[in-house]
Amino acid sequence: MPLLAVTVLGHDRPGIIAETTGALAGLGLNIEDSTMTLLRGHFAMMLITGGPADAATVEEALAGLTSDGSLSVSVREVPAERGTPAGSTYLLSVHGGDRPGIVSTLAGEVAKVGGNITDLTTRLAGDLYVLSAEVDLPEATDVPALTSALRAAAGGLGVEVSLLPLESDDL
Amino acid sequence: MTNDPLGTLAGLPEGRVLPVVTAPDPVLARAGSEVDPADPAIVQLAADLVATMRVSPGCVGLAAPQVGVSVKVFCVDVAQHPKTRTQHGTFVLCNAVVESATRNEKAREGCMSVPDFTGDVKRATRIVVRGQAPGTGAEVRIETDAFEARALQHEIDHCDGLLFLDRAAGAHAIHPRKTYL
Repeated sequence: MPLLAVTVLGHDRPGIIAETTGALAGLGLNIEDSTMTLLRGHFAMMLITGGPADAATVEEALAGLTSDGSLSVSVREVPAERGTPAGSTYLLSVHGGDRPGIVSTLAGEVAKVGGNITDLTTRLAGDLYVLSAEVDLPEATDVPALTSALRAAAGGLGVEVSLLPLESDDL
Repeated sequence: MTNDPLGTLAGLPEGRVLPVVTAPDPVLARAGSEVDPADPAIVQLAADLVATMRVSPGCVGLAAPQVGVSVKVFCVDVAQHPKTRTQHGTFVLCNAVVESATRNEKAREGCMSVPDFTGDVKRATRIVVRGQAPGTGAEVRIETDAFEARALQHEIDHCDGLLFLDRAAGAHAIHPRKTYL
């Protein structure tokens, strides 16, 4: 059975999730992973579903959401992915005055060492820009060197950066 | 040698290693019953919990519901953990309750019974817990902090039918655990 990636974007209002998931359930689809948030007030949801329906059928079932033009929906088949590879997880935190290039510059430094961003949130409030990212670094990463590179890049952008290990403790 | 400053392990029989159940097993979501600490079955269970904790790598605590028994008994041993400040060695408590809890702090937790996720959970960093020793039923009062406080709250939650999933600190506070290939 295919995995489908469903995205719903647009004007927020009560009931979008209930309508979307109701249509998916009606097709016998199971929501596996999903995430939803508001981005600058816009509704933004992504779901991975499994079940006995193809992308065209799901798009048709969700057509009611898009009929007034306030929401856009996309559905496409995606392959199954393997789990996250081994490595160490760090939290990259950035804050400072808003300007273009903060995310791309700092993400670029992470990419240079083969780091993989597994979770990212950025928020803008007034002139303050805030970035939080979870980063998987390969075991062999020279973390002090990466921290220095991030600091140098952040210095050039006039923002503050920190890279701290993100540990979980088994209880 | 067993590190038993509270004396809760005295007189326990040899423990057996039990299988650990994982969510969504309903026993993990059910509040455990209060026990008679002198009941021989509870004394054996106390020993079994310690034995099972001992053979589980990285395990710093185990509650009866995690071995499929819906009662208020758990063991803890955080002595070797780097985040530990105050610690009371290895101990087992029956019918434990948190008497006071202050100074909340958020941290990411994992659990043997929820092997595929971790979660950000806010818990008190200073607590007082009261319970009973298995066998004698002697009152035990533990005043502790930091990691031992977190472990105690996590295990007492298990005895109340709660998982860290029930205490997630926000809609984006549950994370897939890294899969080691």
